[in-house]
Amino acid sequence: MSEQYPALVVIGPLLCALLVSVAGWLRPRLCLPLAIVGLGIAAAASTGLLAQVLATGPVSYRLGGWAPPWGIVYYVDNLSAVVAALVSWVALFNLAASYRTAMTDYPEKIGPFYTLYVLAVTGMLGMVVTGDAFNLYVLLEITSLTGYALIGLAGGRAPLASLNYLFLGTIGASFYLLGVGYLYIVTGSLNMADLAKLLTPLYGSLALLAAFAITLVGLWMKMAFFPLHAWLPNAYGFAPAPAASLLAPLMTKVMVYVMIRVMISVFTVEFILQEVALSQFVVWLAVAAMVAGALMALGQRDLKRMLAYIVVAEVGYMVGGAWLGNKMAMTGAILHIINDAVMTFCVFLAAGCIYQKTRGTAFEDLQGLFKKMPWTMTALAAGALAMIGVPPFCGFFSKWYLIRGGLEAGHWGFVGALLFSSLVNVVLFFRIFEIAFFEPMSHGHGGHGGHGEQAKAIALTEAPLSMLLPLLAAALGLVALGLATGPLVEKIILPIIPAGLG
Amino acid sequence: MEEYIPLFLTKYNYWVYITLMMIGLWAMIAKNNLVKKIVGMNIFQTAIILFYVSIGAKYGATIPILQHGSGHGHEAAVHAADYINPLPHVLMLTAIVVSVATLGVALALVIKIHQRHRTLEEDEILEQLRES
Repeated sequence: MSEQYPALVVIGPLLCALLVSVAGWLRPRLCLPLAIVGLGIAAAASTGLLAQVLATGPVSYRLGGWAPPWGIVYYVDNLSAVVAALVSWVALFNLAASYRTAMTDYPEKIGPFYTLYVLAVTGMLGMVVTGDAFNLYVLLEITSLTGYALIGLAGGRAPLASLNYLFLGTIGASFYLLGVGYLYIVTGSLNMADLAKLLTPLYGSLALLAAFAITLVGLWMKMAFFPLHAWLPNAYGFAPAPAASLLAPLMTKVMVYVMIRVMISVFTVEFILQEVALSQFVVWLAVAAMVAGALMALGQRDLKRMLAYIVVAEVGYMVGGAWLGNKMAMTGAILHIINDAVMTFCVFLAAGCIYQKTRGTAFEDLQGLFKKMPWTMTALAAGALAMIGVPPFCGFFSKWYLIRGGLEAGHWGFVGALLFSSLVNVVLFFRIFEIAFFEPMSHGHGGHGGHGEQAKAIALTEAPLSMLLPLLAAALGLVALGLATGPLVEKIILPIIPAGLG
Repeated sequence: MEEYIPLFLTKYNYWVYITLMMIGLWAMIAKNNLVKKIVGMNIFQTAIILFYVSIGAKYGATIPILQHGSGHGHEAAVHAADYINPLPHVLMLTAIVVSVATLGVALALVIKIHQRHRTLEEDEILEQLRES
């Protein structure tokens, strides 16, 4: 059984997605249990895979028994195992939490919603475990297409935001495909490990540089790296709560993972540091992403949109860390993938809980919430403290590594921007706490009649338990991850940092 | 100048794909109608499919079906130059499926947008959003 884990991680949820779509026609009530089974298989298999990889080293799985350079191989090392476990558990928790919101946000479309949800997670897990460059493109498009549909299924402005996401996402994926095409021309291979071997004698070739640049721009588009971020705020801001708290934490993080995978496993760090020589430029772009994300977040008057802009800034942290070119910063970037996924999940889920009760996440809707929804707001506060980077929470530790990496590289701009964006996070979140803690529940705002407002004030209580428990688990996870930083870095991250980094 | 002419003539498949790609990109950026943008997106994707298909082709080669396969007692060596490379073409089957699926999702979204805004012109939709 255990040697089949890499396949189970993908096949389990994929088959369950098919069953869910059938159940959507026949027995809509079975959708949720089937989806939980699918993601449960993925979570169990990826956890087992992580244990196996930690015990015996990287696992290479031949799909259909074909030998590597020709057949598709799933290659799982520490990095992919830990990201796969992270993706499947966050998705599972979010699924449990979205049981109520899915009913209200996707009325009549429960079957399609759960099918798309499970398929999106299948695609992400596939991207994480695959060792084949073209296979990655297909899985990337599976995730993206289901993501567009999950966002666009809702009403309001979501379809337009989703269409814009689709345009830019398609350009991004096409660029990735084009880059893979260039790689195929120069090497004749699509297997990542094989590519890395075949590319070494070709360093210095212009076609290789072009392939690298095109691939990277495509990936940046998909992860909403600063100048290419235009789709993200609307898409995640108008997305219904269950889709937002699935895609916002995971999609950008998985794309950052893919970028790091392409950087260290296909092209090598030697190539990037010596042949490309663009590190300075990319790190400055990351600086721009952090500063611009923080400033644009300051301008928002809506919790979800504000969080979406914070995601833009966070992508800057990780890309900058990966490109600084030393071990410390790369450790920080990888640690931040893990931490940021959990804290983004925590804050987006809290926003979803608030939306479920107040039917809005504009700042006026947050008044007096600490009194009405103490647990939800406590979890939001935990997520906020993690995003700011307060010590026992996990955000502090990855920022610590990133800053030390920045200092080691002597890149003051990066260090300054990281501190600046953390300080802006303080302002952003304490502004929300001030509104939610001190401002009393206002009556008669937003054009509602006095009666409706009173009824709302009475009805406004804590979020349902099915949402609250996953939320509190995520909030506790923030502290647990923070405390587990030492073993996480030593056992999981350090062994995969390439030796070529200074 | 003269050394560029052979470059232009022998690598014309690349020029064709770049031109098509830029036409698609231009349509996605400059067109106001959402369906025209979608058509532009499709041209963009098709350009990349053409690129892949063209790199598999060879002069004087035939379809990749072995004419004297093994099993007849004499193992004839296969000359790769006699057959076009099927791999890029097979990859493109998948990419075509992806592009059709993208087109479907995009058109479905356009229907939802039309239901809400009663128009597909982007400036009119933005106007409506600004007013509300």
